[in-house]
Amino acid sequence: MSRTAETIDTAELMYPGHVGCPGCGATIAMKLALRALGEKTMLVIPACCWAIIAGPHPQTSLKVPVLHTAFATAGAAASGLRAALDRQGDTETTVVAWAGDGGTFDIGFQALSGAVERNEDFLYVCYDNEAYMNTGNQRSSATPFGMRTTTTPGTNWKRSRKKNIVEALAAHRIPYAATASIAYPEDLMRKFEKAKAMKGGSRFLHVFATCPTGWRVPSEMCVSIARLAVQTNIFPLYEVEDGNRYTLNFKGEKPVSEYLKPQGRFKHLTQADMKEIQEMVDEDWELLMRKIGLDPCG
Amino acid sequence: MKEVIEGSHAVSEAVRMARVQVMSAYPITPQTHIVEALSEYCADGRMEASFICVESEHSAMAACIGASSGGVRTFTASSSHGLALMHELLHWASAARLPIVMAEVNRALGPGWNIWMDQTDSLSQRDTGWIQLYCEDGQEVFDTTLQAFRLAETVNLPVMVVLDAFFLSHTYEPVDLPDQETADRFLPPFVPNIRLEHENPCAMSQMAPPGHYMEMRHAIQGAMETVFETFSEIEADFDAVFGRKYGMLEAVECEDAEVILVVTGTAASTCRQVVADLRKKGERIGMVKLKMFRPFPLEAIRETLGGARKIAVLDRNFSFGASGIFAQEIRAALCNHPGHPQVFGYIGGLGGRDITTDTLETIYRMTKESPEPARESVWVGLKEEE
Repeated sequence: MSRTAETIDTAELMYPGHVGCPGCGATIAMKLALRALGEKTMLVIPACCWAIIAGPHPQTSLKVPVLHTAFATAGAAASGLRAALDRQGDTETTVVAWAGDGGTFDIGFQALSGAVERNEDFLYVCYDNEAYMNTGNQRSSATPFGMRTTTTPGTNWKRSRKKNIVEALAAHRIPYAATASIAYPEDLMRKFEKAKAMKGGSRFLHVFATCPTGWRVPSEMCVSIARLAVQTNIFPLYEVEDGNRYTLNFKGEKPVSEYLKPQGRFKHLTQADMKEIQEMVDEDWELLMRKIGLDPCG
Repeated sequence: MKEVIEGSHAVSEAVRMARVQVMSAYPITPQTHIVEALSEYCADGRMEASFICVESEHSAMAACIGASSGGVRTFTASSSHGLALMHELLHWASAARLPIVMAEVNRALGPGWNIWMDQTDSLSQRDTGWIQLYCEDGQEVFDTTLQAFRLAETVNLPVMVVLDAFFLSHTYEPVDLPDQETADRFLPPFVPNIRLEHENPCAMSQMAPPGHYMEMRHAIQGAMETVFETFSEIEADFDAVFGRKYGMLEAVECEDAEVILVVTGTAASTCRQVVADLRKKGERIGMVKLKMFRPFPLEAIRETLGGARKIAVLDRNFSFGASGIFAQEIRAALCNHPGHPQVFGYIGGLGGRDITTDTLETIYRMTKESPEPARESVWVGLKEEE
């Protein structure tokens, strides 16, 4: 069933007075996610932008219980919370680890890998703004090729590829791993609802979340930049079940330059650099199509 | 009923009788026997608990933090490098005011790799906000572990029960084990003061700006200061049910002692023998066994040692660039005490080297014969060529 403004549940579980930056993609992600997940949700949030956005003591910007935890621990702390709820007979609550790309791709990767290898019964969400944005834009292993950050400045812009986190998670053969974008709210909410319903094992959602401050784009372009990432196949929307059944949700047609050019973080790239990025994206797309079982050119 | 069991299994038995609900641990010698037994109890149904086999000690403590925040009784065990890897989360657990109990088997840190007895691992965690209790034998390990849950849950601070590698963890001794009903009489089910719940959705362990942080830290110290009284009450209750008590520290033959040896862990057993032997020969030797290290029992230390002439502290640990850690703390406790005794510091038994009756007798005689401490620490039992 397709969603309309009338059918989306607007009972908000997030207060308006949060402290996110103007145009923050991560706050859009949370708002949509909680609409889909409902109030029987407990969040585990390690150090990340959301550790701030959720509010300082004695306030909170969320209407569900939140366990703030140390940077590297989202996967492990969520495992412990799940066990505690199960021991008390609460199997209804969805435990959701909600981490940034640093806490997922980098420092929290070991705890995440350990948890999903055990197939812990939780949903792990990585809202990805492609660098350590909370600390002022330092590179992470989610930072894409070509991006300038404060630790990859000037001519030393990042020359290694972004880690493919969904493939790494799918390789753990978990029941569900998927990408989602704040620019495709119906698709995103469907995936959160699907993940919520798949109780009993580890579910992982990789959510593309624009950071206008760090990416140096106007805040009003937050959603359109995220849409371009999907339309250029930089960030394909797809799902992987049990690590081997792939489903494609959207096929992009646009050249990557349309995505790269409006963003200050890529301003330094030459035509040749953009051509190189286009080739990488095409290569990644072809690999994804082979996994899905589709003709890359079809 | 008395059973001959390993020190490690004295921990496991106490954890089983405490009806712990969630455990998480990562294996490290010499802690493994503790968690292997607990895994078996979960597998065969003797415990109704979840054992989360995590991929590191860092995650073990994180899982305990998650579980304890969810409102269940929680336990882990570690040692040495594992404890060091947990360091960040030891701070987190205490500041989050979570009553997690851990068995910590004192083992040396590398390099060189060394799996044997040494206290530097637990003492390096001195400032993390954990209560630390050092045990002498298997019975004390069992009793202290059972008590630790009540203590932790009363004051809302985590407790580390510390036992010597191998000398205690792998030594078989008769241990009086109660039946479950008796254990339940002493330790009621866990009722959390705060937990994550939908009825009252709040944020735990969130950001604390300068306007709030300092009061939170002050409250932790406030809780630490209640430990002495709470510990004594719990010991009295325990004594009423089981007929045993230990005290924050124990003084043996101290009244007229010329030299008092201060010891911890299994060295206390050896020292009891030395005191008995030398007393027979007319030597005025006494002993203090220190059980509680955090909070540091200042008043009890001043009361017991303040009037002594000479104190010899045995440290199976070392703070490089300073001295033995117990000696430092005792010096600090006594420095403002009028006419305080001389404190002689001795370093011995590092990395599993034996502390024998001869070692302790040497320490006694050196202290007796020295008019004052020659230096902060005297290393005993060193091989001459090294």
